[in-house]
Amino acid sequence: MTKRTIIPFGPQHPVLPEPIHLDLVVEDETVVEAIPSIGFIHRGLEKLVEKRDFQEFVYVAERICGICSFIHGMTYCHGVEQLMKIEVPARAHYLRTVWSELSRIHSHLLWLGLTADAFGFESLFMHSWRLREKVLDIIEATTGGRVIFGSCKIGGVRRDIENAELKAIAARLQDYAKEYKELGDVFLNDLTVKRRLCGVGTLSGADALQLGAVGPMLRASGVAQDMRLLKYAAYGEIAFAPITASEGDSYARCAVRIGEIFQSVDIIRQCSEKIPAGAIETKVVGFPDGEFYARTEQPRGEVIYYVKANGTKNLERLRVRTPTFANIPAMLKVMPGIQLADVPVLVLTIDPCISCTER
Amino acid sequence: MPVFTISGMILRSLFGRPATRMYPAVRRDDLKGSRGHIEIAIDDCVFCGLCQRKCPTEALAVDRNAKLWEINRLRCISCNCCCEVCPKKCLSMAGGYSAAVSSPAEAEKHHA
Repeated sequence: MTKRTIIPFGPQHPVLPEPIHLDLVVEDETVVEAIPSIGFIHRGLEKLVEKRDFQEFVYVAERICGICSFIHGMTYCHGVEQLMKIEVPARAHYLRTVWSELSRIHSHLLWLGLTADAFGFESLFMHSWRLREKVLDIIEATTGGRVIFGSCKIGGVRRDIENAELKAIAARLQDYAKEYKELGDVFLNDLTVKRRLCGVGTLSGADALQLGAVGPMLRASGVAQDMRLLKYAAYGEIAFAPITASEGDSYARCAVRIGEIFQSVDIIRQCSEKIPAGAIETKVVGFPDGEFYARTEQPRGEVIYYVKANGTKNLERLRVRTPTFANIPAMLKVMPGIQLADVPVLVLTIDPCISCTER
Repeated sequence: MPVFTISGMILRSLFGRPATRMYPAVRRDDLKGSRGHIEIAIDDCVFCGLCQRKCPTEALAVDRNAKLWEINRLRCISCNCCCEVCPKKCLSMAGGYSAAVSSPAEAEKHHA
């Protein structure tokens, strides 16, 4: 029998933007087992609901994650609005949808870049981020922030986008889509990329469901689950179908995310055509009472906000279950049997967002 | 099997204009409505203290008697909350960073 060795991977590792630690049990170069430990950047944000006013907490919820910040804020608002039975104006719903999809595009482009970096394709990494920067400009022009949008509030949104401007944004994104196509083709067709992604970390659909995987990780294994089908915000009035792949390997996850970029561009186009006129916010009166599970689709998968209130200005309990946390068991499942050099790529394919996970 | 599929992109960026700027010699124009830093028109301020009470990070301090408005730039998260609640609309958001400070505790003071 070959001698087993334990190699620590992280929390500080060149491929990881954020700290997660894995103890990799290896036989020669083959991983036999991976033991994770998380909790390096726990900040106790859930506990803060006891100190912050429930309306003020939107600022904290948005800052749980630096990449999917808007959807965090929106999910929190969605939960509280359901508790208080607030009717959000239709225009605000559409604007939330547009900003959600913009954040999905920028998150997926960021992921493409990081993955290219993980398998050592530096120029592909830089081109992905060059394209991402253009989306960030749109976001900054419409909300005022590059990644922390700060545009969602309980009862609606803080800023409006003029119809003409929204149409112009949709048209610009159609132009950018040509560049995304060119970039996506490199990821999907290039021999060097395929060598690093095809067949790495294959997860079957049954395993993905049983381990509770979410988002692109689940859809790449052939399960068409997408929380946007729950019709929160304006998704009920938008035509779209979850993008899936059947192989379940790293390449399939990459293909699903690239497909979702184009899907987001299309959703924004539909929003720009259908957006109704009207108010963008309603007045919030009173305090929330009761409990609610808010579920929305982040770029990384399903996020759950459990909101429990007791009729005072502070919530009683807030629990955030983030997509990365749900995807870690699935990642550990596919870890045994892969080469040590493929570990960074595999860790990256779940799109890890550790600061979300540890809150 | 396709190889070097990125060549087109590489050649264009090799002979085209760079995607980046020569910062700080060339600066980007501030986008309209960008939440960079807070500015105050201190002459219009009535020192009601609403911004201080609403600030989620407690970055602001208002002294009505001394007619003093203070901001700790490192605590401020540019959330725009104070600008929204200001009854006199003397607070506004401007693009770009705020000036550097010499210590984390140091507050920027504005006297009327």
